Amino acid sequence: MTAFSIRRVPKLGFVGLLGIAPAFAQASEASTDPLWMVGIKAFLVIFGLLTAFAYMTLIERRILARIQIRQGPNRVGPDGLLQPLADAIKSILKEDIVPRAADKLVFWLAPMISVTFAVLTFGLIPFGPKHAFFGFDPWVINLDVGILYIFAVSEIAVYGIFLAGWASNSKYSLLGSLRSSAALISYELGLGMSLLAPVVLVGSLNLQAIVEWQHTHGWLILYLLPAFALFVVSSMAEAARTPFDLPEAEQELVGGYNTEYSSIKWALFQMAEYIHLITASALIPTLFLGGWRMPGFLTAIPWIGGFFAWPYLWMFVKIALFLFFFIWVRGTFFRLRYDQLMRFGWGRLLPLALIWFLIVAAVVAFKLPLSILAWLSALSLIGFSIYVVLGAKPQAPRRTMRPGVGD
Amino acid sequence: MSSIAALAQGLGITLKALFSKPVTIPYPDAPVPLKPRWHGRHVLTRHPNGLEKCIGCSLCAAACPAYAIYVEAAENDPAHPVSAGERYAKVYEINMLRCIFCGLCEEACPTGAVVLGYDFEMADYRYSDFVYGKEDMLVEVQGTKPQRREAKYTGQAVKRGYAVPYVRAELEGVQAPILKEKRKAPAVREVEAHPADESSSHPH
Repeated sequence: MTAFSIRRVPKLGFVGLLGIAPAFAQASEASTDPLWMVGIKAFLVIFGLLTAFAYMTLIERRILARIQIRQGPNRVGPDGLLQPLADAIKSILKEDIVPRAADKLVFWLAPMISVTFAVLTFGLIPFGPKHAFFGFDPWVINLDVGILYIFAVSEIAVYGIFLAGWASNSKYSLLGSLRSSAALISYELGLGMSLLAPVVLVGSLNLQAIVEWQHTHGWLILYLLPAFALFVVSSMAEAARTPFDLPEAEQELVGGYNTEYSSIKWALFQMAEYIHLITASALIPTLFLGGWRMPGFLTAIPWIGGFFAWPYLWMFVKIALFLFFFIWVRGTFFRLRYDQLMRFGWGRLLPLALIWFLIVAAVVAFKLPLSILAWLSALSLIGFSIYVVLGAKPQAPRRTMRPGVGD
Repeated sequence: MSSIAALAQGLGITLKALFSKPVTIPYPDAPVPLKPRWHGRHVLTRHPNGLEKCIGCSLCAAACPAYAIYVEAAENDPAHPVSAGERYAKVYEINMLRCIFCGLCEEACPTGAVVLGYDFEMADYRYSDFVYGKEDMLVEVQGTKPQRREAKYTGQAVKRGYAVPYVRAELEGVQAPILKEKRKAPAVREVEAHPADESSSHPH
């Protein structure tokens, strides 16, 4: 079903609904794929995403366990490989509690909204050159407004969160949903600003155009290192991952928007969150790391270059790399306090992204050579390293004031 | 200002931990390495000539803070003595549900007859099965009551979920699975339920 709605985006005015001129939303070129093929590909994407979600939970738990010098779940099936299946059966069979005072329809609709709009964005990611998928294109839909579409649609997830909190008719859920909506919208600004740099530099919102540009000019991370770093950090916040996972702070803040949810509805929220994470892990390489193409230096090696040129391989490797990075970060850092979260988003992320965007815009507007950006990126890396090395000096512990009584 | 450096350091620490070996012991699959001062199920030891060390003095019962021990003494038959002293323990029972495994009985014992051994897997179904008599605790007995029952049903050797990296002198004659290698979990060494070649553990 979703397949056809994706296919018909220009006609349905999906993007138009979101306030973007429908004229923008023309498919970049007449797609050669028949409708049934688009359907099959959409099914594959959804199936793949759901499987990836299930196994991400297992992989994440295993990696977190190893970080904590534990073994992790290894009882269900060989080496715990059937654990996702057991979890799925458990969450389906659990009692599905709907609070008596809840708005039943919206309560039921909210997880659907979350998971549907999470799934809708992945189809734009190109996994290879044209006709690489058994003679068909290895993407579901190719939009000229690709990036706008991805961000417009994935932002609707905020509605899922907000409606969930509102429909639960519980003060904790409502507070949690307000908290998460505010956080997500704040980080959306940093995300959008850091994203503007590659868009302005390439001059296109089309993901395939961006990949092609990187093929001719070199990976965008070489020119836009600060934007890359800011984008990675804010997509962690967008996917509600650990340093910024205020949306569901189980330990200190009674869950959050999903406090009243149980059983499969709760699992749907989890699913949406992981799918956002997987999409972010696919989007970051597409935007900054050459997309589905392999690293250029490997092409120079005579026969290895041809062997590793298989397009899907590199996309999957890059996705896996970023998924691992997100798990690694989750295993390392603790959750930010809410005011720290907001201060970081508005006070650091947004101004830095804005400054960098202005630099990139100036380079583009005055037709300066691209090497300036590369030099600035290298300079920022060196500056950051110096900052880190200097900052690593042990400092005297700050004296804490204690109450003067009986201490 | 050092906060970002600290973040990088943290990532390094977790990466190092990621590639280190987990400390978890998958217990029922791999044996638990016991520590040298582990207090397990009691063992009633014997002299090298096979006579029981216990002389039925009840000092262990007197020392027991949990009142878990019951001893009934009887005179030795001079022709066929059971113990090395004048009297021996006709009944020697320890209620493992009462026992707190403090080892005071071991300290109180004048002949070193009662020693806390290695076994700890004593979970069972009936109250009466937690009262261990002499026949459950003498040195030649392998494993706990439920373990021996299982071994009887399956016809296999008694399986025990631990391994020891040492042998304690006072537990000489107790057959325990020996831990060959620290942390590397070997299969539990199968021990014969009824060793036939023990010269020291059989009377006469």
